[in-house]
Amino acid sequence: MSALPEPRGSARPAHDPVLEIKNLSVDYGYDDPTHVLRQISLTLNRGEVLGLAGESGCGKSTLAYAATRLLPPPGLITGGEVIFTDRDGGKSDILALNDKDLRASRWQDMAIVFQGAMNSLNPVFRIGRQIADAITAHEPATTKKDALARAADLLDLVGINPDRARDFPHQLSGGMRQRVMIAMALALDPQVLIMDEPTTALDVVMQRQIVEQIADLRDRLGFSVIFITHDVSLLIEIADRIAIMYAGEIVEDAVAQDVYRRPRHPYSDGLLHSFPPLRGARRELGGIPGSPPDMANLPTGCPFRDRCAFAFDACAHITPELVTPAVPGDDPRRSVACLRHDPARVAAGGFAPVPVPDQLALR
Amino acid sequence: MRFFGRRLVFYAITFWAAVTINFFLPRLLPGDPVSALIAKKQGQLSTDAIASLKAMFGLDSNQTLWQQYLHYWGDLLHGDLGTSISYYPAPVTSIIKQGLPWTIGLVGISTIIAFTLGTLIGTAIGWRRGTWADALLPISTFFSSVPYFWLALIVITIFSVNLEWFPSSGSYDRDMVPNLSWDFIGSVIYYGTLPALTIILTSIAGWILGMRNMSVTVSSEDYVTVAQAKGLSERRVMFGYAARNAILPQISSFALSLGFIVGGTIVMEQVFSYQGIGFYLLSATSAHDYPLMQGCFLVITLAVLLANIVADFVYGVLDPRTRQEG
Amino acid sequence: MAAELLDLEDSAELTSVQTGPSGKKRRFLFMRNAKALTGLGILGFFVLIAIIGPWIAPYDPDARSKELLQPPSWDHLMGTTHTGQDVFSQVVLGTRSVLVIAFVAGFAATLLGIVIGITAGYIGGVGDESLSALSNVFLVIPQLPLIIIITGSLPSAGGLSVALVIAITGWAWGARVLRAQTLSLRRRDFVEAARANGEKTWRIVMAEILPNLTAIIAAGFIGTVGFAVLSQITLSFLGLTPTDEWNWGTVLYWAQSQLALQRHAWWWFVFPGACIALLGMALTLINFGIDEFVNPRLRSTGMNARDLRKRGIRPRIGFTPVVHEAKEDRA
Repeated sequence: MSALPEPRGSARPAHDPVLEIKNLSVDYGYDDPTHVLRQISLTLNRGEVLGLAGESGCGKSTLAYAATRLLPPPGLITGGEVIFTDRDGGKSDILALNDKDLRASRWQDMAIVFQGAMNSLNPVFRIGRQIADAITAHEPATTKKDALARAADLLDLVGINPDRARDFPHQLSGGMRQRVMIAMALALDPQVLIMDEPTTALDVVMQRQIVEQIADLRDRLGFSVIFITHDVSLLIEIADRIAIMYAGEIVEDAVAQDVYRRPRHPYSDGLLHSFPPLRGARRELGGIPGSPPDMANLPTGCPFRDRCAFAFDACAHITPELVTPAVPGDDPRRSVACLRHDPARVAAGGFAPVPVPDQLALR
Repeated sequence: MRFFGRRLVFYAITFWAAVTINFFLPRLLPGDPVSALIAKKQGQLSTDAIASLKAMFGLDSNQTLWQQYLHYWGDLLHGDLGTSISYYPAPVTSIIKQGLPWTIGLVGISTIIAFTLGTLIGTAIGWRRGTWADALLPISTFFSSVPYFWLALIVITIFSVNLEWFPSSGSYDRDMVPNLSWDFIGSVIYYGTLPALTIILTSIAGWILGMRNMSVTVSSEDYVTVAQAKGLSERRVMFGYAARNAILPQISSFALSLGFIVGGTIVMEQVFSYQGIGFYLLSATSAHDYPLMQGCFLVITLAVLLANIVADFVYGVLDPRTRQEG
Repeated sequence: MAAELLDLEDSAELTSVQTGPSGKKRRFLFMRNAKALTGLGILGFFVLIAIIGPWIAPYDPDARSKELLQPPSWDHLMGTTHTGQDVFSQVVLGTRSVLVIAFVAGFAATLLGIVIGITAGYIGGVGDESLSALSNVFLVIPQLPLIIIITGSLPSAGGLSVALVIAITGWAWGARVLRAQTLSLRRRDFVEAARANGEKTWRIVMAEILPNLTAIIAAGFIGTVGFAVLSQITLSFLGLTPTDEWNWGTVLYWAQSQLALQRHAWWWFVFPGACIALLGMALTLINFGIDEFVNPRLRSTGMNARDLRKRGIRPRIGFTPVVHEAKEDRA
């Protein structure tokens, strides 16, 4: 255990939110909708790297795209607020902005590195131009030449020879394209960077380089990051805090080391045993039995109960909510949505509470 | 450059195939149309014409098929397409020279108009789905389902017979002598409006629909979302990212469509008595003027091939991926 | 729609889900498509006319009468010609020839396209190169002029020969699309697996590849039928097929040659042309249905535009609409 790195950014102020997602609800389909997110709340603090993890289809990307209003049709945001706090303390609700203000805010305040850099670059424009057009769109006073010069500097920043600004996307390797996307995202010095599976398509060596580069750039430039991945072991490397999602809900939200060493939700525990850690002690690998529920047809109660080794009778009837874990001595800011940790709700529903199993109460 | 090299080889093959079809067609067909024709035109044909007809149909028993084929190519490369029967003794090439500019001008200008308009409309419809513009789809589908010549009849009925706005036939005022004066050009435009309108109305639907479907498909590409995420203006995202990529398949489908448009135009020329190459092709067909018929076909094919080469060139300029070496 | 949702999360895993549903459910989806249904309905109507035409035509189409150039009336639904022939009877009786030739041509061209396209896509290498070059050559050569010079050279262009000429010139499009699709199918796991198992080639083609090409083959068939209708009618209109064999093009031929335009006899060419347009639209609609079935992105969003407007939703890329309809009461 001593080989584990200490959490990054632990010295930063704990509560200085830059992005607060409150009660965000998202539907897919307009007339016969599937509720893919129901009243999700999540806070990103300034300077923090927040990891968002979960299996495919759990809604983690949907959350990111909805918070930036980039969800394609037939996605529909049916409620909630996304409050962005500027450096000077001014607050704005992304979901309430008109087109013009939203355009102005985009990339300036929050930039995104998309999943699959392969398709994120316009195949017919040179990469320098693609970085530069973000600059000129927000700073009309900048000449094209200056914008291209800045694009070259940005490429240099992410370790790409600036001469390659005149290359077309198909002339670059997968890893380089991903770096171009990162350079592009940093073009306007954003305060929040959302990274959606930025390393999934890359080999392990490249993954590592990119993750280290992001951590390094964060330290130099001071932006906050929401890092989305299904690979929890990668998050341990980079994230200060981790939120675990399952079936459109956040089921656990805690400091990275707490999630890693002391998972409180049975799903987090299962996820941690699905990936080999990049470093540190080896742990036994095992998958999670079964598959995620059909979002269009969610069962009542806890959506995870069919795959859960610790489910009991109340789980079929009561929907768990995020509460502080029922383990004495836990960080009061961490939260978990599991009925094992919420005897009050179980009792209120008329069931007999069952204690937290030892596996979910590690100290 | 490799891309262009490959394409040029392909067009050379296509041209060779068209010539070869042209060579073998009269020889493969059942019966003996030439003897019938010669018998029918007894005395009207000079020995010269009969000889050229016989050569064309391979009735020249002195030569092997291979010799005939080489001979045919030889004539062709010297620009000799034989002698017309119905316009005897005019050589086929001089008749084609009269008709070709009219057709190329008519098809060229109206296709450019239809392509530009259709692509713009298709971009708008594809970009903003679920607006009033969607109503254009069924209307344009209707126009694309009707034959050119029938729409020509309708257009003449409305604009020529009833409204008397435009003339119903001809390619310019027959009282004028063709020259480069403004009066004559005006007359050409005046006579060409209805034929051009017909081509535009029938062909625009294909461009609209193709562009609309490609825009819809391209709009869901990640790079369009990235462009929106960057906060670019709507115009820039729509034209620079969505339409800029959606137009590529549009240009490559140009090849397929052009042959179709030219085919339709040819028949339409008949309705308008527009003295283009189609008019000559069809009058040659009904007069069994085989040399003229085949010459027209060959020249039409050649024109379509050249237009395709231009389209390929434009594609190569617009898509950097084709310029990749290796 | 659930499919698109997952697309966001992980497209790779999704494709297997998308292509996997049972055939029955997919066919049902196709039949629910309003465009396809309308198209099939119109086509069915014409097929019915083609079958029962001889029994419902009120007059002999060749019979002359004293009612010359009469506009439509209850006696002559589509008016009469310059010799007093009944246009309605000519159109009704001409339907059969239009459909028979179009379907024969469509069938022959599709068969040719399947054989050449799948062969090219499956064998690859030099064989593929030359077969693709062949179909590209046929695609680029303008078809209608070719059809015109071939039929113009034939001593007599009866129904079947016209159908065959159309088939010979019209197979290439289908072949090209099928080749591309076969090429990508051949690299799929299930085909690779069948080959590794030592399955016979014809079995792989019949059992693994052909069933996956059904939609494309159907679209190609419908497209060729449409092309055949237009080509055949054009030939008849030009008088290149026997002018006493009735089809819609022949009616138009007589209308044009007897100066129906100048005589203001609009009914003479408007009605047969409208039939061509209607049949053409039916075929296009069926193909729209197939397209939307194959490429779900093209489908309209499901709800009608007015309902969406009422709720303040404007579906577009890059600006997800926000409506405050859900509860916002969680702590």
